[in-house]
Amino acid sequence: MFINFFYNLKSYGVPVSLHEWITLHHALEKNLNDCSLTRFYHIARSILVKNEIFFDKYDLAFLDTFKDIETTDEMLEKILEGLKKVKELHLSEEEKKMIDELDLDEVLRNFEEQLRQGHYKEHVGGNKAIGTGGRSTQGAWGYNPAGIRIGQGESRHKRAVQIAEKRTFKNYSSTITLDTRQMKVALAHLRALLPISPEEKLNLEETIETTSRNAGEIELVWENKEKKAAKVILMMDVGGSMTPYARLVERLFSAASSQISRFKHYYFHNCPYQDLWVDIERRDTTSLSDMLKSEDGDYKLILVGDAEMAPSELTWKNGAIDYWYHNDTAGIVWLQRIRDKFKDSIWINPLPRRSWDYVQSTRMIKEIFPMFELTLEGLDEGVRHLMKGRVLSLSSK
Amino acid sequence: MNYFKGTSDYVLSPELRDNVNVSIELGRPLLVKGEPGTGKTLLAHSIARGLSKELMIWNIKSTTKAREGLYVYDTVQRLNDARFGDKDISDISQYIKLGKLGESFAADVQMVLLIDEIDKADIEFPNDLLNELDEMSFYIPETGVTVKAKNRPIVIITSNSEKELPDPFLRRCIFHYIEFPDEKLMEDIIYVHFPRVEEKLLRESLKKFYWIRQFDMLRKKPSTSELIDWIQALMAGGLAPSRIEKELPFLGTLLKKKEDVDLVAQSGSTHYAYNSSARTRNVY
Repeated sequence: MFINFFYNLKSYGVPVSLHEWITLHHALEKNLNDCSLTRFYHIARSILVKNEIFFDKYDLAFLDTFKDIETTDEMLEKILEGLKKVKELHLSEEEKKMIDELDLDEVLRNFEEQLRQGHYKEHVGGNKAIGTGGRSTQGAWGYNPAGIRIGQGESRHKRAVQIAEKRTFKNYSSTITLDTRQMKVALAHLRALLPISPEEKLNLEETIETTSRNAGEIELVWENKEKKAAKVILMMDVGGSMTPYARLVERLFSAASSQISRFKHYYFHNCPYQDLWVDIERRDTTSLSDMLKSEDGDYKLILVGDAEMAPSELTWKNGAIDYWYHNDTAGIVWLQRIRDKFKDSIWINPLPRRSWDYVQSTRMIKEIFPMFELTLEGLDEGVRHLMKGRVLSLSSK
Repeated sequence: MNYFKGTSDYVLSPELRDNVNVSIELGRPLLVKGEPGTGKTLLAHSIARGLSKELMIWNIKSTTKAREGLYVYDTVQRLNDARFGDKDISDISQYIKLGKLGESFAADVQMVLLIDEIDKADIEFPNDLLNELDEMSFYIPETGVTVKAKNRPIVIITSNSEKELPDPFLRRCIFHYIEFPDEKLMEDIIYVHFPRVEEKLLRESLKKFYWIRQFDMLRKKPSTSELIDWIQALMAGGLAPSRIEKELPFLGTLLKKKEDVDLVAQSGSTHYAYNSSARTRNVY
């Protein structure tokens, strides 16, 4: 009946497992949702979805599955207008037994019958009709195990669908380009580049040495075991169309830099040629070929740029966008040299992926560097790519 | 039967309350995520108070190992004691010290266990606790003792999502994401902290607070705890509410970075200015 919710979730890309689905049924069995669809919405979400970036997809799947439930709920709402709260009824054991014998199907039939006859208005107490606090089989706060419970105080049924319709969590979805609020989360993804915390190791020889010097008073000597840390070079496009992104990206990486053991950054405009800038204001330069010679090849290289330029900027001598700048070697050659130097490199593009194929220069750069979007998902993929090494990028070509 | 209704000093949404009860009822750990300053850690305190149970806090650091939460075998102490021969060192159990998780298992009454900031630890950390949280028992090979929970502790785990948590671990949790409170809820929260706050002051400061939070380019958005500090400063300063509207006094309690203060100050003079992202970008 609602197993399709499970498959809907899956088809919307929410990673749910059978394990969680069964947990949900345990919760339903205990009636933790209290027969309310809104509470079901929240409880199911807390059990099935473990990351807020999937909340939006959950909403969509929920809408898809439960949107039709609305019609019956409208009727319920009408009924509830007529219901008032009264004190709970206490019944003797005998009476309870009588009620136990009622058959659920019969109760349901009776309910529909009553509803049709319009018995539900303003009814409180009593034995037959819909109301509150009575022995009747319909209404809230009453005592009847076979009874139909139609809400407590307010309908919570229709609201669930409305909540899902609001899609409050759209912004948390992982495919939206990064804004400031998400930077922290993005940083978390970059942490995959970081070494695992250094482990302490007992230095046995030193320990024995100091212990004997202390005349047997035990003194332990610990030393930090250095683990191989990731080294990162960031090269960033800081001209023209990239200006809005430049600060964002720089902040993203400079925040991470305190934790990456060796972090270097360089800047270029549209495409790197023989010189690279070392500051974002583009005042001081360093020679790219020197850089290529002096740096180790095991740096992880991250290039950030929109890759949008005139094809001539990539392919021509003196093609650079700044007219005063003369380059003897075409930009694309420099890009290939950079790629060949560093074992692992990626290009991160702040423009959405769907636009890449429309721009010739983007297509050309995409053939040199594996390209990823500047979104949470893109960063994640990119970092994973960097960590896996080059084997993957060669095989995927 | 444990049913958590909330406590008077902690404002919580009905959804969070339901999720707490679901996690207690199903015996699953509750994983709480959310922006800093949304009261993740305080939730555990409130649960412990609301159910009148003892709270045990396990603060996670980057060097914390999963085993430390279960028990520590103090071999150095044993080695030290061995030198003098005045103690019976063959009894290993006196050198076994239970960690926070171990203690909460061994306790005679049900405990509330808070595992705070689980994402600080090594990426494998949560996986190492899977079995212990599932079975609620662990084995100490040194003494051959199995510690089994007499009463399943209520486990609350907080995370700032600095690291992704592993899937097998997530599958076993109930998840709740605390959204940043809206103005209505925020009002309730302020009243819990300052029952006698002037209504006009509250309204003006909330208006300003949410206005500042709209800025996309802020490096660190002010959170609830900063708002509380700010209101406290405003109340202590005895300023007229009309001045809050005009000049934003004590801005330093809300914004902790110089760039943010500058940004707000530049756009600040016109309170009703249209605060689009294009506008905030112009500041750079």
